[in-house]
Amino acid sequence: MDNVYIRQDLVDARPAPGRTGGPIDWARHNLFSTPSNSLLTVLGALLLMWIIPPIYNFLFGHAVMPGGTVEQCRAEGAGACWAYIAARFNFFIYGFYPMTEYWRPNIVFAMLALLIIPLLIPSAPFKRTNALLFFVVFPVVSYYLLAGDVFGLRHVPTEQWGGLMVTLIISLVGIIGSIPLGILLALGRQSKLPIIKTLCVMFIELWRAVPLITVLFMASIMLPLFMPQGMTVDKLLRALVGVTLFSSAYLAEVVRGGLQALPRGQYEAGAALGLGYWKRTLLIVLPQALKNVIPGIVNTFIALFKDTSLVSIVGIFDLLNTVQAASSDINWASPTQAVTGYVFAAFMFWIFCFAMSRYSLWMERRLDTGHKR
Amino acid sequence: MAVLDHTTGSAPRPSLLNDPVFRGILYQVLVAAAVIAFFGWIILNTAQNLAAQNKTTGFDFLFRTAGFDISFTLFPWSRSSFYWQAFLAGLLNTLLVAVIGIFFATILGFTLGIARLSSNWLIARVATVYIETIRNIPLLLQLFFWYFAVLKAMPAVRQSFELPLDIFINQRGLMVPRPMPDHEFIWVVVAIVVSIILAIGIGIWATRERTATGRYPRYVINASKVADAAVSLLIGLLAFTLLGHIVTAIGANPALVWIGAVVVAALSLTRFAPIGRAILGFVFTWVILSTLLSAMFSTWSTLAIGIGSVIAGAVVAWIVQERAADRPPSEARFPTALLILIVIGIPAFIYWSTGAELAFEVPVLERFNFKGGFQLPPEFVALVFGLSIYTAAFIAENVRGGIRAVSKGQTEAAQSLGLKEGDRLRLVIVPQAMRVIVPPLTSQYLNLTKNSSLGAAIGYPELVNVFTGTTLNQTGKAIEVIAMTMAVYLTFSLLTSAFMNWYNSRVALVER
Repeated sequence: MDNVYIRQDLVDARPAPGRTGGPIDWARHNLFSTPSNSLLTVLGALLLMWIIPPIYNFLFGHAVMPGGTVEQCRAEGAGACWAYIAARFNFFIYGFYPMTEYWRPNIVFAMLALLIIPLLIPSAPFKRTNALLFFVVFPVVSYYLLAGDVFGLRHVPTEQWGGLMVTLIISLVGIIGSIPLGILLALGRQSKLPIIKTLCVMFIELWRAVPLITVLFMASIMLPLFMPQGMTVDKLLRALVGVTLFSSAYLAEVVRGGLQALPRGQYEAGAALGLGYWKRTLLIVLPQALKNVIPGIVNTFIALFKDTSLVSIVGIFDLLNTVQAASSDINWASPTQAVTGYVFAAFMFWIFCFAMSRYSLWMERRLDTGHKR
Repeated sequence: MAVLDHTTGSAPRPSLLNDPVFRGILYQVLVAAAVIAFFGWIILNTAQNLAAQNKTTGFDFLFRTAGFDISFTLFPWSRSSFYWQAFLAGLLNTLLVAVIGIFFATILGFTLGIARLSSNWLIARVATVYIETIRNIPLLLQLFFWYFAVLKAMPAVRQSFELPLDIFINQRGLMVPRPMPDHEFIWVVVAIVVSIILAIGIGIWATRERTATGRYPRYVINASKVADAAVSLLIGLLAFTLLGHIVTAIGANPALVWIGAVVVAALSLTRFAPIGRAILGFVFTWVILSTLLSAMFSTWSTLAIGIGSVIAGAVVAWIVQERAADRPPSEARFPTALLILIVIGIPAFIYWSTGAELAFEVPVLERFNFKGGFQLPPEFVALVFGLSIYTAAFIAENVRGGIRAVSKGQTEAAQSLGLKEGDRLRLVIVPQAMRVIVPPLTSQYLNLTKNSSLGAAIGYPELVNVFTGTTLNQTGKAIEVIAMTMAVYLTFSLLTSAFMNWYNSRVALVER
């Protein structure tokens, strides 16, 4: 027992901790914690100093605000030409829709807002009625309201629809159509029946493998070939079919994730209660499986919303295509015309996608009940 | 009331319609019949439609001359080329843009993903803003922006922007020098391949020896010391030559460059090696920062930029010196310098001894256009830009998720084993994070390849543009053309998922 080390004297008191809290302490911890971190902070600040002033000047400082003239936009060193956006705003929202009939899309927008907001708030009452209205009644009413030809409304062919309106229509139809289709496909893929399973797997994998643009080409070129002679399919409808089939394949994979994550015991408990396949699926399996994959479903919708811009390639005037078409407007020709249009379109898309992604994050946190293993 | 009666022996037979096996078969027969009927209906309609339009089917059109121009091909293309060559040209263009896009997107994505996790608040915020902005804007819009608003708005040919290394950028795209290797250069290429294989072999062998015996082989250590000095000399030469561009006193006097490089090389052999590295860090930071700053802020005074860069250089020198002083002795270090010397030295020796020559044909502005060099069309540049920037945002999120998925306990365990930060990342964190990162990463690569089809919208001649666009319009063979295009993408997708399955089975956690 010779080599026993015992401390003989007391440890000196440590110095009192420095400032905690306050901006200086925060900066010391988050910006200047080590020499290399300080260097990174300085370099990052330099980068921001380089990037932000030109962007600010373009968007606000030197920009021509709504009400300005095209001459101001053409001036040397002028920034974004917001006057041009304001002048063509109706075109970006409604496309070639007749101006006297703008109240019809406006009612549709209002209905959409009124129905979708309570649907997204989990605590709002009357979910079932609300969902029924949104998924079944709303599309039918909107179609007749927009297309007209009933109740004395003027007929507006789909060729005249455009702008943000068409972007929203395509994404909403894609969403509403792909939910049941995607769920059916996912259930089919999980099925024990070999033929049904093979068909679903083939469908899902084929659509997921090809880019949307080939699907749209296929829909716009081959769909007329597939139809009986003399039957024409509306151009917008072709795109809608393509987009819906495409996104249903992606949705099916998300739903499959939810189905696979559900413990086997739930299926077995359903069977033990004597429920048949459909009752078990509708009452026990799907409510839990779908709840778990709401974030994934919303992410699919974000991708779908962004992908709707591709319909401009097959000649449909969605938001992006109206902006693209307006950028060759001679009356507003100026060096910043095209950039301003793209910034505007980017902002519109960004708002919707960002809102959806925040919603999905919020839902994820809400649904995280701590049951994860 | 139901009375249980098990005495009869056989279970009561349910009605045939309630028998799950029979029902399963019935459902499948019904579905199969419906699908077959649907396809039959489609095929019948198509046949009638095609007959009405006097069109034939079949793949014989592939061997007819195409008769249209393709603006950018990887092999010689003329109007008399066949349609199958058009297919090949489109396919190669798709692959070219995909490979280059994947390269840049990976670098940018990993950088951003790591930056978003940085403990530095500013850097993390910048990365977050980038990712959240880019991810939520459609790719097509971004491509239009790069193509119509940036590259098409470049100056005309006569006012081209001149970038370093004889690269020019104007409305017609990016002009880069074209390498012109002569016949002997093939030996240099062979030497490069051989020396890379050699270097990898030596690296693996040395690591194995060290794992077996506890130390690297003696001659590897000795060779590594010499190589250290040689590589230091080369890097020193580079550093002081660059310094000569901003400090005229050094630029005017080549002897000073050599003296500086030799001092650094000599220091690397002594125990003052950290000081040599600190000098190199100082010089590089000074040169790069002052060049960048004077390019970025043309209004700032040269003196302020110079002082700022010197201070930053001093900080870097300090950091480098601290890090280098912490390094283990050279006996215990992986012989990186030796491997670098092998990869650079052997090809350089072959290049010098065979008299091979690698000339660069520089683009030269003539009366109306650039002559010589390699002309990358603006469509290509815009597509590479758009795809890399867009996909990088997604890759960054995958990287972040992968690193976050490695539990904090792993870092702490590595710390308690006494591993340094570099080893901790290289040996513990990254291998585990890669298991999570690679599968979504490959699907991002696949997405990038599929998204390259959007090049059709800005006129880049990739598969969809050349084949599903022009070829389909000219031949009218809608079914064949679309089927071939889809088959190509289906093949990409199946190859990717085959790779993912292989990788997953290789890295899957083996649980007991």
